[in-house]
Amino acid sequence: MELRDTPEEASFRGDLRAWLEENVPDELRGHRGGAARFDGPEMRAWSRALYDAGYAGLTWPEEYGGGGAPYTHQAIFLEEMARAEAPPHVGVIGLGMAGPTIMAHGTEEHKARYLAPILSAEEIWCQGFSEPGAGSDLAGVRTSSRLENGHFVVDGQKVWSSFAHLAAWCILLTRSDPDSTRHAGLTYLIVDMHAPGVEVRPLTQITGEAEFNEIFFTGVRVPADNLLGEVGGGWQVAMTTLLHERGTLGFALQAALEVQVRKLIALARDRGADQLQRDRIAREWIEMEAVRFTNYRSLSALMKTGMPGPEGSISKLVWSEANQRVTKLALEILGPDAALADGNAPYGGYWQYQQLRSRGNTIEAGTSEVLRNIVAERVLGLPKSR
Amino acid sequence: MDFTFTPEQDALREQAREFLGANPEPSWAQLAELGWTGVSIAEEQGGVGLTFVEEAVLFEELGRALYRGPYFSTVALTLPALPDDLRAEVASGETSWTLAFAPLVPALESADRIAIVGGDGIFELEGGEREILTTNDESRPLGVVRGGEPGRRLADAAVLIEIEARSQTALALEACGVGRRALEYAIEYASTREQFGKKIGIYQAVSHPLADAYTRLELSRSLALWAAWCVANENPRAWTRPSLAAAAAKSSAAESAVAICETSIQVLGGIGFTWEHELHRLYKRALGIESFGASGTRLRAEIAAALLNGPEGSTPGSDLSQTPDIPVSVTEGG
Repeated sequence: MELRDTPEEASFRGDLRAWLEENVPDELRGHRGGAARFDGPEMRAWSRALYDAGYAGLTWPEEYGGGGAPYTHQAIFLEEMARAEAPPHVGVIGLGMAGPTIMAHGTEEHKARYLAPILSAEEIWCQGFSEPGAGSDLAGVRTSSRLENGHFVVDGQKVWSSFAHLAAWCILLTRSDPDSTRHAGLTYLIVDMHAPGVEVRPLTQITGEAEFNEIFFTGVRVPADNLLGEVGGGWQVAMTTLLHERGTLGFALQAALEVQVRKLIALARDRGADQLQRDRIAREWIEMEAVRFTNYRSLSALMKTGMPGPEGSISKLVWSEANQRVTKLALEILGPDAALADGNAPYGGYWQYQQLRSRGNTIEAGTSEVLRNIVAERVLGLPKSR
Repeated sequence: MDFTFTPEQDALREQAREFLGANPEPSWAQLAELGWTGVSIAEEQGGVGLTFVEEAVLFEELGRALYRGPYFSTVALTLPALPDDLRAEVASGETSWTLAFAPLVPALESADRIAIVGGDGIFELEGGEREILTTNDESRPLGVVRGGEPGRRLADAAVLIEIEARSQTALALEACGVGRRALEYAIEYASTREQFGKKIGIYQAVSHPLADAYTRLELSRSLALWAAWCVANENPRAWTRPSLAAAAAKSSAAESAVAICETSIQVLGGIGFTWEHELHRLYKRALGIESFGASGTRLRAEIAAALLNGPEGSTPGSDLSQTPDIPVSVTEGG
């Protein structure tokens, strides 16, 4: 057991910290949050800078242009990014989900074509999994694909798709066998978001911002080469995508929570907090540290055995509820000013926005109900509920 | 960074679980024979020369087994105050200790000798009458000491910072052991007990509270192991970090153990409420840990003070890359 950096980790951290100090643009620090900030060219430029410095795709294999670094470097990277309040690389979906899926299931042509522009932020990706009738129960996917003259023809509707309005490509889960149900008969495609028949409609959410989109596919022709895995084998490919979503998520979420707790502490110093609020602030700090060290335990097991520790499965569940409490506590500390918004509110409406946005945290990327089922069934070994 | 146990530490845990399973009430001499009383005592004094991380493994297992002897009172509460010759006696199993740190003193019926806090020092108590009190948690007897005179001066009172960090961390680890055992009972029951024609673990009204219990346990355990590492690797007399980590761990783990026992009692239904089942004893230990020493509220007040009262931008935390933080003053009592 050694919680300090190794000399090699310390040197990576030191270089990174110095680089961030120099390079994070001031206007991108401490933003109130929200997806709109991804839209501008400055985010592409920032992502490109990360890439040029070798910090994009740290854990990707070197043969695909990544850093070939151990997961501990990724953890350090996320910690230091949070410390510097630096915004993430804009290619969140490409780096964490589409890229690893292409590496696992793609052809050599796919890897040569798609991976490099993800790292350099030249091409942004979105995910087409959820549908109006298939949320937590992803096997209910109905968007159809049928093979016709060397093309898949795609019809249907996807929803809750972040970055779709910016994306060049979509990883799309379709039902290729109309007579199939559930996990069979699904096919996983790479779809050009600029192809005729693709329509993106922003979905305005509780914050008033359109962070997610609906995507409509009407007779969209997708070259047969854009298939990942086998026709009818889409479920297995989708599981790779989701595994990667959950695998790398813990550290990013802890880092985000650490930023929130630091801001909460700064807020309480600024505006004052009574005894009960101080107790709750201490609780949130404790919880944030607990998530950090739980991630460390899971990561250490991964480094030693190749399998992440089971305790890692709780990170998202704990983070989402912690973020909801932290942001609501911040509103309480703001008092009557919590009723104001945006430019009229203290700190540019940061907390008002964050609190409303946090309600999505227990829904997106696995609802808390589904995550509790996963812990109960896969970690505790309780009998399956379905 | 490596936050896993070594194979030797894993083997120690296995040994402890097996031994305590076969010997639920081991004598001090038996523990000395196993090398447990001298785990972190230097080899020159007859100890094993290991660290608090190995002791942490034992505290977790001793909590799980509801061990009632003077291990906590000696190793967590008194050891940092003992000079080398007395450490050698602990390692050899000749003496066990307790520390009269607060009015209610643990292990008075089994500890050979008593240390007391007085003024700027810690002394051995000579004479004095021991009265053992009836306690809710029968596995951790408490008592009061009356009269007696301070004898040999053992250590400067500054060592209390280390004693606080060690004892809070040890209690947190015991709480994790208690919580783990209670959760195992509940999982086992929910996986076999049938009602309305189904195993009750299928119902989410049962399984989700158990998922939450597991979540709390792992979060608390992460904090307890972090605190154990800090106690073992940083000078706890000089820096805030071990104290903060220990406070976080005790506040979290005691509360978690209580909540996990409550969930487990509920899951076991009537059985969980009987005297016959072990759950109530685990529950009472959890409650006992929560009430022993500083309360969760008090520990969180200390944490809040460190977070909110210090100089701007000095927020202490676990940024392990940085040279540590601000020195703290001794907090009285426990």
